[in-house]
Amino acid sequence: MENKTLYTIIVHSENIAGLLNQVTAVFTRRQINIESLNVSASSIAGVHKYTITCWTTADIVEKVVRQIEKKMDVIQAHYFTDKEIFQREVAMYKVSTPEFQNNPEASKVVRRFNAHIVEVNPVFSIIEMVGMSDEITFLYEDLKRLKCVLQFVRSGRIAVSTSCFERVNEYLAHREERYNKGL
Amino acid sequence: MKEKITGGEALMRSLEHQGVKTIFGYPGGAIMPVFDALYDHRDKLNHILVRHEQGAAHAAQGYARVSGDVGVCLVTSGPGATNTITGVADAMIDSTPIVVIAGQVGAGLLGTDAFQEVDLVGITQPISKWSYQIRRAEDVAWAVARAFYIARSGRPGPVVLDFAKNAQVEMTDYEPVDVDFIRSYDPDPETDPKALAEAVRLINESEKPLVLVGQGVELGNAQEELLKFVEKADIPCGCTLLGLSAMPSEHPLNKGMLGMHGNLGPNVKTNECDVLIAVGMRFDDRVTGKLETYAKQAKVIHLDVDPSEIGKNVPVDVPVLGNCKRTLGMLTELIQPKKHTAWIDSFRQYEQQEFDKVIKPEVYPAEGPINMGEVVNAVSEATNHEAVLVTDVGQNQMMSCRYFKFTKNRSVVTSGGMGTMGFCIPAAIGATFGRPDRTVCAIMGDGGLQMTMQELGTIMEQKAPVKMILMNNNYLGNVRQWQAMFFNRRYSFTPMMNPDYMQIASAYGIPSRRVIEREELKDGIKEMLATDGPFLLEVCVVEEGNVLPMTPPGSSVNYMMMDLDC
Repeated sequence: MENKTLYTIIVHSENIAGLLNQVTAVFTRRQINIESLNVSASSIAGVHKYTITCWTTADIVEKVVRQIEKKMDVIQAHYFTDKEIFQREVAMYKVSTPEFQNNPEASKVVRRFNAHIVEVNPVFSIIEMVGMSDEITFLYEDLKRLKCVLQFVRSGRIAVSTSCFERVNEYLAHREERYNKGL
Repeated sequence: MKEKITGGEALMRSLEHQGVKTIFGYPGGAIMPVFDALYDHRDKLNHILVRHEQGAAHAAQGYARVSGDVGVCLVTSGPGATNTITGVADAMIDSTPIVVIAGQVGAGLLGTDAFQEVDLVGITQPISKWSYQIRRAEDVAWAVARAFYIARSGRPGPVVLDFAKNAQVEMTDYEPVDVDFIRSYDPDPETDPKALAEAVRLINESEKPLVLVGQGVELGNAQEELLKFVEKADIPCGCTLLGLSAMPSEHPLNKGMLGMHGNLGPNVKTNECDVLIAVGMRFDDRVTGKLETYAKQAKVIHLDVDPSEIGKNVPVDVPVLGNCKRTLGMLTELIQPKKHTAWIDSFRQYEQQEFDKVIKPEVYPAEGPINMGEVVNAVSEATNHEAVLVTDVGQNQMMSCRYFKFTKNRSVVTSGGMGTMGFCIPAAIGATFGRPDRTVCAIMGDGGLQMTMQELGTIMEQKAPVKMILMNNNYLGNVRQWQAMFFNRRYSFTPMMNPDYMQIASAYGIPSRRVIEREELKDGIKEMLATDGPFLLEVCVVEEGNVLPMTPPGSSVNYMMMDLDC
């Protein structure tokens, strides 16, 4: 067995109902678990951007990306290793205010992770953290050890590539140019 | 001021605008407004009433495969729509351009489990090139234009339009729409000049090149370009099942069929060639056998219009993307003329071996019951190798494709990827409408015939001149052969009790004849071809006939069993 790597797949598509289904179906068909998935509007009007992470091999991720790109309204799909992207996740930790305030460790932990307290009331407080996946987990574990966590939620990963331009813009411009030349 | 028309009428005008002349369909509740509109367009749109919606889908496929135009299906919602799904999946895996238009409950009822509501878009998304729900009458013209553009361009495929009933009756302005550009979809991807140069270098330096001819050659209308290419470089070819008629069977460079039941020469040579040039084919497992040992010694050049096919199954050294009509033309211009006489001659010993061990006993037996290969060969000869061959699936299909000869393009209609039994009769009906100028021979077994036998009603009503050749062996023969080979002859539910097919034909007013004796075979075929309109020729063939040679599943492509020791 080839070693599996965590890949980040970035997909740009038209904003059409049902397309998410088609993209995730490519993973289902090959029995690949999606680790995280984020879909939101991109910088281009009418174009949605998907950030998907999954553990798989170089060979499979290449095929998956081509199958995704084959879908009619998918504009482009690319895959990256962690070295080729800047990536972040956001997490929220709801903690019990009395427990949190009674423990002098708690605020130190929050500061150490560079997290922020964004809400405080007598019952609960909310800590927000933006960071790498592991750090978010570590903060959760530390807070849990202090026995003050009421709820925890984290987003999927979002990422930008390390190259200095958005490939999809170039691609769309090139498509228009070829079409106008009658190619 | 523009004229207001209903969505149903807009559909009719949009279909006419796309050049549609023939529709295969079946009415029902949720598509009634469309059928009502169709009533006034009968002069331009020839609607063929099938007997089951699966038949409509396969007929559209048969129509598309022989004509190169888009086949059109018109059915109702719910069961009408789901009945077409085998055909949609079949058209997807075999790259056949069809557009299925299905009724749907009104937009206000969607998601309420209304009568005959089914999530057709959800069901068909994974098995179609594009699937779209029309909820507003004003979207009809655009959706139809986009559907036809997608179905016929690039790598062709099926498109499903799910037409909500409210959109069929609502009024809209109508103006013809043309779609010839979708920014997220490139029907003819650019060819990398470096890859092209590398392909040329490999071909020029090759001593033992082999070309694999796929259906892409037919779909790209690149038959002439293919011949120019292989003749200039003097390269022997093997054809896939769906690529069989892309070059004439008797062309000296055509070394026969690839794959599990293909010819020995091209299969053995796949693992001997130094450069393998795959044109518009997808390295199906029935072609490659065991991937780990497939053409490992060769540099692989793959010409394909679909980037997702590159490296999908077989690692590719040089991908040449783009329509093969264009890329073959470019290659032919750049390569040097060459001769590979010794290499081509080296096929001969395998041809001889296959002839002695398999072809001679199958096609020219001295005695015993009639063989399947014999029937196919006789039909092919009697039609001067100019007919369209439509097959069902199983032994009849493999025998037909092994022994039918082709002189004309777009002459083989068979369910390759899906292996859909019951495909033959409806696809053959479609073929008679797609190419009314050609003889359509439909060769099937007793299993497949009974799967879509109701379409005899369509043949009767349309007087569709389908020449049906039933090779009856009282078995589900292909499964029986595998049971004999791999399951210790345990014939689990493969023997089959048959009805009297001549009585069935006669009930539909279709002339028929049963042939049991070898001496009668040629006369039976002659009578079938001389009869105007449809005909059913039942040939009682050897019961336990086997298709040979055979690369057993999981074996290397160059290993073919020439006989069965069981």
